[in-house]
Amino acid sequence: MSTLAIHNARVIDPGLGRDGIADVVIVDGRISRVGPDEGSAVIDADRIDATGLVVTPGFVDLHTHLREPGFTYKETIRTGTAAAAAGGFTTVCAMPNTNPPLDSRAAIESVLREAETATVRVLPIGCITRGRAGAELAPAGELQAAGAVALSDDGDAVADPSLMRHALEYSTAFGLPISQHCEDPSLVRDGHMHEGWVATRMGLRGRPASAEETMVARDIALAELSGAHLHIAHVSSAGSVALIRAARARGAHVTAEVTPHHLVLTHEEVAFGFGADYTHLRYNTDAKVNPPLREHSDVAALRAALRDGVIEAIATDHAPHARMDKEIEFDVAAAGISGLETAFGLCMTLVTEGDLDLPLLIERLTIGPVRAWQLDRQPGLEGLGTLAPGAVADIAILDPATRWTVEPARFLSMGRNTPLGGRELTGQVVATIAAGRVVHRLESVAAL
Amino acid sequence: MTTETMPSAGAPTSSRPAPAWRHQHILDLDNFGRDEIEAVLDTADSMREILDRRIARVPALRGRTVVNLFYEPSTRTRASFELAGKALGADVISLTAAMSSVQKGESLIDTVRTLRAMRADVIVMRHSSAGAAYLAAEHTDASIINAGDGAHAHPTQALLDLYTMRQHFGDLAGKRVVMVGDISHSRVARSDMWGLTALGARVVVCGPPTLLPRGLRASERPAHAESALPPVTVETDIERAIEGAHIVMALRLQSERQQGGLLPSVGEYARRYQVTAQRLARAHPDHILMHPGPKNEGVEIAADVATGDRSIIEEQVTNGVAVRMALLYLLAGYAPGDVDGGSR
Repeated sequence: MSTLAIHNARVIDPGLGRDGIADVVIVDGRISRVGPDEGSAVIDADRIDATGLVVTPGFVDLHTHLREPGFTYKETIRTGTAAAAAGGFTTVCAMPNTNPPLDSRAAIESVLREAETATVRVLPIGCITRGRAGAELAPAGELQAAGAVALSDDGDAVADPSLMRHALEYSTAFGLPISQHCEDPSLVRDGHMHEGWVATRMGLRGRPASAEETMVARDIALAELSGAHLHIAHVSSAGSVALIRAARARGAHVTAEVTPHHLVLTHEEVAFGFGADYTHLRYNTDAKVNPPLREHSDVAALRAALRDGVIEAIATDHAPHARMDKEIEFDVAAAGISGLETAFGLCMTLVTEGDLDLPLLIERLTIGPVRAWQLDRQPGLEGLGTLAPGAVADIAILDPATRWTVEPARFLSMGRNTPLGGRELTGQVVATIAAGRVVHRLESVAAL
Repeated sequence: MTTETMPSAGAPTSSRPAPAWRHQHILDLDNFGRDEIEAVLDTADSMREILDRRIARVPALRGRTVVNLFYEPSTRTRASFELAGKALGADVISLTAAMSSVQKGESLIDTVRTLRAMRADVIVMRHSSAGAAYLAAEHTDASIINAGDGAHAHPTQALLDLYTMRQHFGDLAGKRVVMVGDISHSRVARSDMWGLTALGARVVVCGPPTLLPRGLRASERPAHAESALPPVTVETDIERAIEGAHIVMALRLQSERQQGGLLPSVGEYARRYQVTAQRLARAHPDHILMHPGPKNEGVEIAADVATGDRSIIEEQVTNGVAVRMALLYLLAGYAPGDVDGGSR
């Protein structure tokens, strides 16, 4: 029997409504007890002194690109899950835009096999359409039987409205959420950033917010037609927020996620960087992402939606790329941000700026995503996103006050593509425990 | 073995011609102040004198290497840089990359570094991707001159436009300059806007709404970003735009705009937006007519006015060589090492 006791932390467990100083006792990889002074009674335990720190359930990411199979020069399941652990994530949902894409039972199973030795839990997402080609449905039933927890053609939208309608209808037999990357391909063709004054300054064609909003509106209508569960991936615009808000008010089964970068950064990041003046232009491919970073008014709407629960999950859209994919001309550079290791620090911006309190932020990183996809109904995932006794002991230990500087060269992810390099963030993940095992720990964290 | 390298009028007399010159690269005019633009135009005046000599050649840049790296076809800009470099005694080579760097398998950064390793001092670059010159500039200590990057910028064209306008009007402050056409896809218009507004001209851009980029109107930008784009007036009615204009510039219309669904037809465009004698009647009596070329007569500009007495399109071309000589000369004054063939 192995026992680990975390002492004297502020335990924030929004799923169970707990917020207070307590000890957490882990026995054989599962939560045993949480409560004041519980740890002192345990003998023969490994101990972590978490005085002054915050202990929460491990974060759950509904949107992670692990790149394996097919793009292992960008990331592997091993490096991606190590990066997840460094970011406080103990569950990541792996997007299927791999090569081959995860559109078959065998492909899902091979990812799960590889993930058996990974640092944190990997839940695969299957494709909506065969080969992500947008022409025929992928075998949803097979994919679910193999272990897929949702379906998505992320990276691309399912453009054909009729096919999307049928994908939604068909999914209702399995209760699988359909996570849609909402950007109408004809409206974003040849576009490389948000359409607006920055794109005009840079001479780049834009991807208008309406490209996202028209598809959000269309898919909500289709979801209401079929009663299916539509999940809007990486919401980026104020207009989309309004559509989702109205749909949810009508009772449609629509859930949504937002990324840390869309919650903090704007299209100005692409051209000017943080706090820079307007005379020094640059073409920062590390800020190139789809959907693109938008305007301050969008950021404000996204924060409000996250606060009031219209958006219930923060998801990273961790999209690692190799240098050769990014250090090239802007219009041919790959889109995406390596986000797992900066997610908590970046999201803490919302707490320091007063948009969210810390418990609500933790909610949106833990039980929020779990409930959005009802992941805790999966066999073996009971209690996921909480510190409930009996649940697998997935834990993040946080220091919300410490300031640190983002150094992409020190990422565990192979993807160093972040616009945050050199930026100081407040709030750091100091240790991560997955299934009772310490999988990440800063040197500064003392053992008792 | 001459020590006389530069003419005297308005010309710097040492090898460090412009004490205030602070540019290693010419990427766009968005970071050029009025003084700096005027320094270039004054230097170009001296270069015009050299060009008008019987043997238009001085050894100011002897021993320096200028590489024209063109990823897009170009006749006039490339020829103009070749002549400019040769007139100053530089070694000039021109490379045409028919394919993009990606298709070729060698990255832009590798290409630029390779050229620098061969001791290229100045790399003149044209590329279909906006920002390509910026990428190059980040990865080399050679001087990069942007000879056109996608729809973003074409600063040397803008400077020759400014030079030509100044020849006609002297001070451009308060002059009304109208650019008509495909503003969205025009790197010339973007660079001209910066240069013209820096010199105090009143700039009007005019075109159909589908060819006007978003954000140009100050009302389409947040207050904090007011200075992020030049202050211009946006107009969709050509008659109103041309009213009282001192300078009218027609921009090339690509026929692809029709296939792209941006225009019903080239014919309708011509009817609504062609610069014609009738429309120019609304301009200022002393107006001049410009075009960055190559022009489609009968589309964006009527044939009779293109070759008429108000047209200074050919002057633009001659001035292009002088302005590019000025830039090569000024950049040599910046670069580490020194300009060889100066007043030594």
